[in-house]
Amino acid sequence: MGEFEVHRVRFFGLVPAGVRCLACQPRGTRLALARTDGAVEVYNFAANYFQEKVIPGHDSRSVEALCWAAGDRLFGAGLNGEVTEYDLARLCAARSVDGCGGPIWSMAANSNGTQLAIGCEDGSVKLFQVVPGGIEFERNLDRRKGRILCLSWHPSDTHIAAGSIDILRVLDVSSGQTVQRIMVNYHVQKVKRECIVWSIAFLSSGTIVTSDSFGRVQFWDRERGTLLDSHTVSTSAVLSLAVSEEEDSIIVGTSTGATYQFQLLLVKAGSLEKRWVRTKPFQHHTHDVRAVAHSSTALISGGLDAQLVIRPLMEKMQKKGYDAALRKFTFPHRRLVSCARKARLLLFQFSQHLELWRLGSTDETGKDGEVLPLCRMPEHLVQLKSKGPEHIYCSCVSPCGSWVAYSTASRFHLYRVQYEGNGVSVKKVPKMPKLLLPAYQLQFSSDSSSLFVASARGSVHVLQLLEPGGCKHQHTLRPPSGSPEAVYLLASSADGHWVAAVSGDWAIHVYNLKCFKHHCSVPTYSCAVTAVAIHPVTNNLVIAYSDQQLFEFSIPEKQYTAWSRTVQSCGLHRVWLERDSPITHITFNPKNPSHILLHDIYMFCVLDKSLVSPWPLPDNSALLMNQGTLKQLPETARKRQLHAFKICKKFQPLLFADLLDEKCLVMVERPIMDIKTQLPAPIQQKKFGT
Amino acid sequence: MAAPATLRVVRCGGSTLHGARAVFSVDAKYLLCASGDFVKMYSVATERTLRVMGGHADLVTGIQLNPHNYMQLYSASLDGSIKLWDFMDGILIKTFTVGSKLLALYAPDSFEDSVFVVIPKSGERDTFQLVSVKLTKAVGQDLEAKELSVTLDDVDASPKCIAFGREGEYVASVKEINLQVYFFKQKQLNRFSVSAAKTKSGNNHFMCIACHPTEDCIATGHADGKIRLWRNFHHKKEYTFSTLHWHHDTVMDLAFSLQGTSLLSGGVESVIVLWRNESERQRDFLPRLGSAIEYISVSPDGTLCCTLHTDNRITIINSNLRFSRSIQGLIKSTNVKTGLVVDPRTKALVLNGEPGHLQFYCLQSDQQLFSLDIVQRQYIHQSGLNQTDLVKVAFSAQGEWLATVEEREEVTDPELQLKLWFYDEETQSFKLNTRISMPHEDHITDMCFRYMDEVEDESLILVTTGSDCVFKVWAMVEDTDPEGKYGQKQSVSWSCDFVGSYHNYQATNCCFSEDGSLLAVSFEETVTVWDSLTWDLKCTFCYSPGKIRNICFGRLTCSKYLIGATDHGFLCCWNLLSCALEWSAYLNVIVLQPDPLSEHIAAISWLSKDSSLFVFKPNEPRPIYIQRNFCKEKIQLAAFVPREEPETVGSAKYLWLRRSQLFFLTATQELITLSMKSLEERLTPSSKQLAVEESLPVTPFSLLLGKHRRHQSQEDIDLGKLVVCNKPEQDSPAVKELLHTPAHVLPSASFLCPVFINSLLISKENTSAEEVADEVEMESEKTEDDSDEERDVTEMEQEDTNPMELLGEITCKLSKSQEKELRKLRKMDYSWISAF
Repeated sequence: MGEFEVHRVRFFGLVPAGVRCLACQPRGTRLALARTDGAVEVYNFAANYFQEKVIPGHDSRSVEALCWAAGDRLFGAGLNGEVTEYDLARLCAARSVDGCGGPIWSMAANSNGTQLAIGCEDGSVKLFQVVPGGIEFERNLDRRKGRILCLSWHPSDTHIAAGSIDILRVLDVSSGQTVQRIMVNYHVQKVKRECIVWSIAFLSSGTIVTSDSFGRVQFWDRERGTLLDSHTVSTSAVLSLAVSEEEDSIIVGTSTGATYQFQLLLVKAGSLEKRWVRTKPFQHHTHDVRAVAHSSTALISGGLDAQLVIRPLMEKMQKKGYDAALRKFTFPHRRLVSCARKARLLLFQFSQHLELWRLGSTDETGKDGEVLPLCRMPEHLVQLKSKGPEHIYCSCVSPCGSWVAYSTASRFHLYRVQYEGNGVSVKKVPKMPKLLLPAYQLQFSSDSSSLFVASARGSVHVLQLLEPGGCKHQHTLRPPSGSPEAVYLLASSADGHWVAAVSGDWAIHVYNLKCFKHHCSVPTYSCAVTAVAIHPVTNNLVIAYSDQQLFEFSIPEKQYTAWSRTVQSCGLHRVWLERDSPITHITFNPKNPSHILLHDIYMFCVLDKSLVSPWPLPDNSALLMNQGTLKQLPETARKRQLHAFKICKKFQPLLFADLLDEKCLVMVERPIMDIKTQLPAPIQQKKFGT
Repeated sequence: MAAPATLRVVRCGGSTLHGARAVFSVDAKYLLCASGDFVKMYSVATERTLRVMGGHADLVTGIQLNPHNYMQLYSASLDGSIKLWDFMDGILIKTFTVGSKLLALYAPDSFEDSVFVVIPKSGERDTFQLVSVKLTKAVGQDLEAKELSVTLDDVDASPKCIAFGREGEYVASVKEINLQVYFFKQKQLNRFSVSAAKTKSGNNHFMCIACHPTEDCIATGHADGKIRLWRNFHHKKEYTFSTLHWHHDTVMDLAFSLQGTSLLSGGVESVIVLWRNESERQRDFLPRLGSAIEYISVSPDGTLCCTLHTDNRITIINSNLRFSRSIQGLIKSTNVKTGLVVDPRTKALVLNGEPGHLQFYCLQSDQQLFSLDIVQRQYIHQSGLNQTDLVKVAFSAQGEWLATVEEREEVTDPELQLKLWFYDEETQSFKLNTRISMPHEDHITDMCFRYMDEVEDESLILVTTGSDCVFKVWAMVEDTDPEGKYGQKQSVSWSCDFVGSYHNYQATNCCFSEDGSLLAVSFEETVTVWDSLTWDLKCTFCYSPGKIRNICFGRLTCSKYLIGATDHGFLCCWNLLSCALEWSAYLNVIVLQPDPLSEHIAAISWLSKDSSLFVFKPNEPRPIYIQRNFCKEKIQLAAFVPREEPETVGSAKYLWLRRSQLFFLTATQELITLSMKSLEERLTPSSKQLAVEESLPVTPFSLLLGKHRRHQSQEDIDLGKLVVCNKPEQDSPAVKELLHTPAHVLPSASFLCPVFINSLLISKENTSAEEVADEVEMESEKTEDDSDEERDVTEMEQEDTNPMELLGEITCKLSKSQEKELRKLRKMDYSWISAF
């Protein structure tokens, strides 16, 4: 691997939004997550927790509750008083129904997913029937004063437990009457503070579990309304609670960032008496844990510090491997940065605006590891604010830097950027062709003459860009067999012959741009594609999957290359396969065709295909050394440890890396500490010894 | 006349209580504690030591109530035996000899006739195993228990690292980072471990373990201060634990309450923490228990719990976490810098106690009388912190004044304070009178008051010697305080009166002569003698190669002698009248201690392995008494404590023990003494009586009865004493005369009566020492004169043949003719008495 001049970019001020709620698909492998900005994301457990789908947020559509119903339909409800169904194929809100009860605080689906119950500001619990093509209002249950903050169905669907302020109620579904009222604060004397029941769970044994703002997790008997057990886990509020499907384990999240597990354990061997015991505490978050979920093998928690933490249950693990390690996700599994290589510009995508920056430059050279002084500082050229409440889906800057495009849910914008000396003028391209919106991915051709727009139903629109500022719809590429899913990744070849499109069903189609025809499709692989790129010289398509596999597919020959087959037969190193985050970007060095440059959040890697004979894949037993440690080794040991993966972990967390020219790299970092300083102060906790 | 018993070395307190957890009797009235080689029984109500059960030859490492008979106690010791006691009567019932060292004892009640002990694994060093020992039911006192079966391998040696679970279903043991649980019924062994990762707060090694009495729950304490509660440990994989964390340092011990609803934990913070319902939030504290908690035990009825501390204190705590009482013998302090000092007022031993405190330890009751806070600063538990500590203490002759020196070791220069305390009769405690900061530039090496028989406050002076090459004389001055803030009497304070030095040598020791007219100060290798009125340097003595370690003046008849010990192993005696060296002996003296009531001086030497005691009078270089190798440990300090009444002494050899008793403090802060009584005599009969008495329920009748009994027992004791005293009296001429003379020649009863009564009277205190000595010797004189003489002769002969053998390092300097003279003198003396 050669030496590079690196632009270490730290001016991308991205602050990911906090996690508001989580919902595990019942008996499924998906996890739905809603953020405080209204964005909804779907993670796939089967694909190494890959962030499969992202539905960008909307200013007026906050999501307070998410639930899966009728199999794989996802519903959200929020403070705008509407219940929204999400279209996971087209990645947008499909339809909304007004709840007619003011802001909705909670929503829960019954066990078979045919009914939804919502808890509203006015204290009503309303039932909706899930019907094909939407939901229908069914009826109101007994309404009392006080907003319903949490809801839980009894597994037999006969009763609903609803938590409010100072009180929790049990409602009979068939009669609609309140059958039990429990004052959660009753036995606490002289307490003026109100006690908010933040979360509730109804167990099949008739026990109701509540977590409240006094830091207690309490177990109630439904029939008698008595307190069975009370655990004070925190001095601050316990905000969230989730029960495993076997009802033998509970996870709770507190506003101090700690999560606790409760387990139903035998009091003594041989007797049937069981008791809920608080067992393991975890402190992965710094801020409120607003949402927790309990999958069959892991405890999942999401906090306002934007982290999603997946903590596997060791006792449920059969073997050590990818699933048995703790995962923390803070950043999206896709690119938010695009780079104009020739113009040395970076385009940063925020939720509601774009920033265009010009990289700084230096005229000095130095040794390895030296920091070079800049002769020109990086310059913030343009900030483009998207109008309206919708958030940005995707954005791109052309390689020449003169075009910038972005898309929201309902609008598509293309700008012509002109540089006059030090000034920049941005001109919106008028009369855009009517497209099927939204666009999920944008990609300029390498000569900046055309723009590829990834769209729904597997289609890719090709727009021709016209000087001095116009565009024309040229063609729409569609997969021959059709597809319901939207395209979410695009790659175009440097010679302008090919474009590859990856749709939500993980099928990769390659189109010929000369005749606008479907050329071939890559054999499907049972995992999500995280990045694709076409080699500029060989026109090989390099594909990275979420299980960390790498494939190389020759487009002209319509088959996997020999190199790819060798890799598959040898297998990749264990450490490589157990990495945390998916590869989000692949690029090539045109001057060194055997190099593949790829990166994920924690590392940047140059894969040297030329080191082929003998295939120097490191042995599974050996360590996969990165360049930093290799450098410290003596010469002989370094030779022995040499392998094709040149890994650099100096830049973390790495949001984007690209090659500007053969000797120049750009690395976009976003230090976690910078994000922490943007967040509100966490709850003050006395720490011993401070 | 009974043959004179040999002197026995008796441990009388302060020995470590750290062998094992304390055990409450079933009714929680008595507390049983392993204390060194003994098992001590305390009354919980009165804090008194009721019984000391001795019999083990080595440290007692485990005591447990017999689960099938709660009036019996098992004890295990390093000597390899398990003993079964009836602790109410203090009777040893059985001794089971196991053979190997026993490091811990467990007696779970679900096992019919076996107990569990930890023994070293044969053939391997530092590996231990838990074995069950079948205790045979055979008759006889001494039994062999050879039927051992290994339960757990590779256990920790500490008794805190093994616990038996609910109803003896399982046993759990921890070692380093591993926990193993063995289920007896299923014969299944489960092993769990915690991560070995070292954190900032220390490692998470297991330190102690406790099992829930009714549920399947194990609590473990860790070195980083965490407590883990393990559950579901029946499954190898699905086990789980929760963590309780309050302690910032090692959790020393854990104990569940009787029902298991709460958990007690203690550590070096000297705070006992009560965790309710295994919840991290519901906890209560009992802070300021004085020192680190070593063991916690809970009484069988659940009303009390007790903590054993590292400084030998026992604290009894109510179940509602209220401090109840504390049993404190000799408090173990990290370093006894003050030496053993006897408080003239209470006759208590005074030495370092808690950090910064002075403890007054009553020898008779083995209890702390009180603790005087000298430093008066908060003690902070933190390693590496230089704390102010008490280094020197001195009492004036009547105990009116107390002088203390405290010191804080700094890197550059020490921080010193000299405090003078006046005994306040009203509050019955010492009151700070004067505080002098930096009395010397450097460490204070010694300090003494001038002993004056005639109590004149003005003549009281204090001398301090320092490493800054001077000694300072402090005298009282009248305060010219017009308002009289401190009342009329307290308007005195101390100030420096004189500063003396000698050739810029470091002053190391100081000592006043008995009449207070002379002050001896040692300056490295030289002893200087000063006139205490004019502060003139009278003369200097220098003998040695080597610095002076100790000096003291002789007393009474020997007051013209000055004794000094050097660190090159010489003991020198100078005559003050002739200013010449009287004699010297080669002896590596560690401690030189004069008896304040007689002319005897005790010197303790240390030779590579063991300590020896020599008692001598300054006027003769031949020791009166030698006890070789009486203690394996290094004796650090010694003190003569005046007896309340003079002891009757069997033979002339032990005359020096008549007025005072000699106590030693070993390096492990064990207090030992020399006793003439046999073991049976030492165990006071009153304690037996007390035990019975206390077991009575308190009713009006019992109160009456108790009063009666007490009265009776008092009489008994008195009678017993009388009987003891009378034995020799019967031999006295008056009684003999009375009994043997035929009745018809007897004078009238009125004449005989005073003679007879006088013979029964115990001689008064104010009779001079010589007189008393004469009386005592008188009766034995006739019978033993010859034998004594003979013995003397034999000793002499031995001396002649091989003097080195007898005296070891002491080389006799007297010539043979002198010795003869001496003998003649003695003989003459005796004949004179007999004539009388």
